[in-house]
Amino acid sequence: MRWRAVPISAWVGMAGLALAIFCALFAPWIAPFGEREVVGDIWLPMGGDYLLGTDNLGRDLLSRLIYGAQTTISVALAATVLAFCMGVFLSFTAAVVGGWTDQGLSRVNDLMMSIPTLIFALIVLAVLPQELWILVAVIAVLESTRVFRLGRAVALDITVMEFVEAARLRGEGRQWIIFREILPNALSPLLAEFGLRFAFAVLFLSTLSFLGLGIQPPEADWGGIVKDNKDGIIFGIPAALIPGAAIAGLAICVNLVVDWLLNRTSSLKGGRGDG
Amino acid sequence: MADLLEVRDLKIGATAYPPGEPPQDITIVHGVSFTLRKGRVLGLIGESGAGKSTIGLAALAYGRGGVRITGGEVRLDGENILALGGPGIRGIRGSRVCYVAQSAAAAFNPAHRLGDQVVEAAVRHGSLTRQAAWERSRYLFGVLGLPDPDSFGRRYPHQVSGGQLQRAMTAMALCPGPELIVFDEPTTALDVTTQIDVLAAIKRAIDETHTAALYITHDLAVVAQVSDDIMVLRHGHMVEYGPVQQIIEAPQEDYTRELVSVRQIQKQEAGQQSDARIRIDGVDAAYSNHFKVLHDVSVHVPRGQTLAVVGESGSGKSTLARVITGLLPPSKGAVTFKDETLPPKFADRSKEQLRQIQMLYQMADTAMNPRQTVRDIVGRPLTFYFGLRGQEKTRRVAELLEQIEMGKGFIDRYPAELSGGQKQRVCIARALAAEPEVILCDEPTSALDPLVAAGILKLLMRLQAETQLSYLFITHDIATVRAIADSIAVMYQGRVVRFGPKSQVLSPPFDDYTDLLLKSVPEMRIGWLEEVLATRRMVSAGH
Repeated sequence: MRWRAVPISAWVGMAGLALAIFCALFAPWIAPFGEREVVGDIWLPMGGDYLLGTDNLGRDLLSRLIYGAQTTISVALAATVLAFCMGVFLSFTAAVVGGWTDQGLSRVNDLMMSIPTLIFALIVLAVLPQELWILVAVIAVLESTRVFRLGRAVALDITVMEFVEAARLRGEGRQWIIFREILPNALSPLLAEFGLRFAFAVLFLSTLSFLGLGIQPPEADWGGIVKDNKDGIIFGIPAALIPGAAIAGLAICVNLVVDWLLNRTSSLKGGRGDG
Repeated sequence: MADLLEVRDLKIGATAYPPGEPPQDITIVHGVSFTLRKGRVLGLIGESGAGKSTIGLAALAYGRGGVRITGGEVRLDGENILALGGPGIRGIRGSRVCYVAQSAAAAFNPAHRLGDQVVEAAVRHGSLTRQAAWERSRYLFGVLGLPDPDSFGRRYPHQVSGGQLQRAMTAMALCPGPELIVFDEPTTALDVTTQIDVLAAIKRAIDETHTAALYITHDLAVVAQVSDDIMVLRHGHMVEYGPVQQIIEAPQEDYTRELVSVRQIQKQEAGQQSDARIRIDGVDAAYSNHFKVLHDVSVHVPRGQTLAVVGESGSGKSTLARVITGLLPPSKGAVTFKDETLPPKFADRSKEQLRQIQMLYQMADTAMNPRQTVRDIVGRPLTFYFGLRGQEKTRRVAELLEQIEMGKGFIDRYPAELSGGQKQRVCIARALAAEPEVILCDEPTSALDPLVAAGILKLLMRLQAETQLSYLFITHDIATVRAIADSIAVMYQGRVVRFGPKSQVLSPPFDDYTDLLLKSVPEMRIGWLEEVLATRRMVSAGH
């Protein structure tokens, strides 16, 4: 890969991502105050000891943001990875096996996709106990329907290729065909989709937290911080906008990187990546 | 008479993007010069990558996909069209110089009627009124021998056959009354029996309209029928340029001599043909929509010999291979290997049965996983069938590469880093790795250049002599059949119309279809087309 060929937009995206991941990894060392520590009056303005001011309970907003990055990114990442494992495996199985298996899986997937995701998540999360792994699983299941769609379309194109036919005629099993013949050729579009899905997972988690069904207080999470401080907007206090900007920024950065990846992989269609 | 087209020292460049290296500027045409007079036809011939299409498009001052004309002159009636700006060139393209593409099916817009597309250029350029253009298109449809010329233009592209579509495209090029037409492999994608009609139509249309033409093809026998002069190209260099007669009968350069003689490999037919490896008995086969493609097919492939299955597209020859491999279970009849009846579905066959029958595909590109190296591609059957691993496997892969005349250096390459012929060789190595008794070859040479194809055929013959392999060789090319077959099955509309030893199948008395097929194969001799057309006319007059 040639670094000079990487466009500026991709550099911006990668820098933003790197910053967010750095915050998430080293939160306890770089945050000036503790996550739950009340340090002063409520909604103090920016500046002084508190770079971004304080929140509705008088906690340092910058520290909450940094700790929030940890929760938001790790939950979104876990959900996206899980969604991909499920979606890719099921969609490739559907494409390779075909027939009734394909029909069954695809129709169930259509059914899932026909229910509005937010309403589905609200109902399920309201019923089930509020635990982190359940939250991750619900986001993963909902995201995996989108992955399934893409995965099946990509895999169908590849299963009709002659090298897959050659592998079948050799007598290869389904595992080999899925993981050795199809997966390496489907990797580029899937990777690009991974970036997009990650951005959606961040947004979705933030939405849920804002509605009170995501990460539970007092743990910090970007969507939750917006919710905590939303009343401040009436009094002209910008505390709710800062985590909102962080969410938007992360989503944009991920998309910038994904755009570049898509460009790079589509121009190599049929050939082999030089990375 | 003055020259209509004069190309002087034409240089064309492009930018290449080799994997893992910075982009490089490469030259694809190195100073080619020729002249073309009014009403004459110049054949441009060469293998793929010779630059023939690029030169053809340069006559329209056009460079396809990043190709740049870097030097030289293209003079049309004395005027250098490369120096013209956008509007000037637009005035020439589609009115004074027209282009006929290889794939008419892809070049026509399926949403519009043929007639509207045929007259479009002439009307847009204002050279004819819509009415006059339609009038002319009807005349041209007649000249090109299209059925029902008065109403042909009202049809949509999907309502006519491939050969008719190619002729309609020729009509489109002729409609504005151009001075020059560039034909870019107009018959390459057609069956031989269709090709001959299109060739005859093109030749007649050129004669009638006195248009000059550049005829681009890789088939010397075809170009010998239609052109007055021939230019042989290789790697963007001119190899030889002269009148047809001289190029065909007295070629000066080694490369031209090779091209002329490439179709002359002949295999001595094996005498004893009863020891069958694969026997197909009374097979009927249909696809899931109940469209029956094979009717009562019975053939056999003897040990260490080649059965050539010939026929045009849609005759069911590839379906026959799918039945043998078990991809399409027959609805009636059976496939027998040695003396054992094979289960109809490949999924029910044992590993050993699968190993015995290997397959070679037409497109070696799609037959290999682009993300695997040659080591993985050739090595997988070794691990899968024989449990070879590590050092032992590498040694065997190297041996196989040696056997296909490629050497160890290719072991870590990806398919994208191989040429067309090398890819097909790797596919052969993969088939050999399974140590099969039978290889089914589905047109393995038809996508390759003639010299490369000849190399592959020679390799297959050598392997057969060494290891007593049996081939079922599917092809539409009679020259290939002559080169390799011991026995021949001629297929037409899903039936075997003729089956037997080569000498018997290729000698009279013929059935109607075999006769038509054999007569349609272009021969490398001037005047062949006229002879065939004359006998055809006599036959039809006699009926």
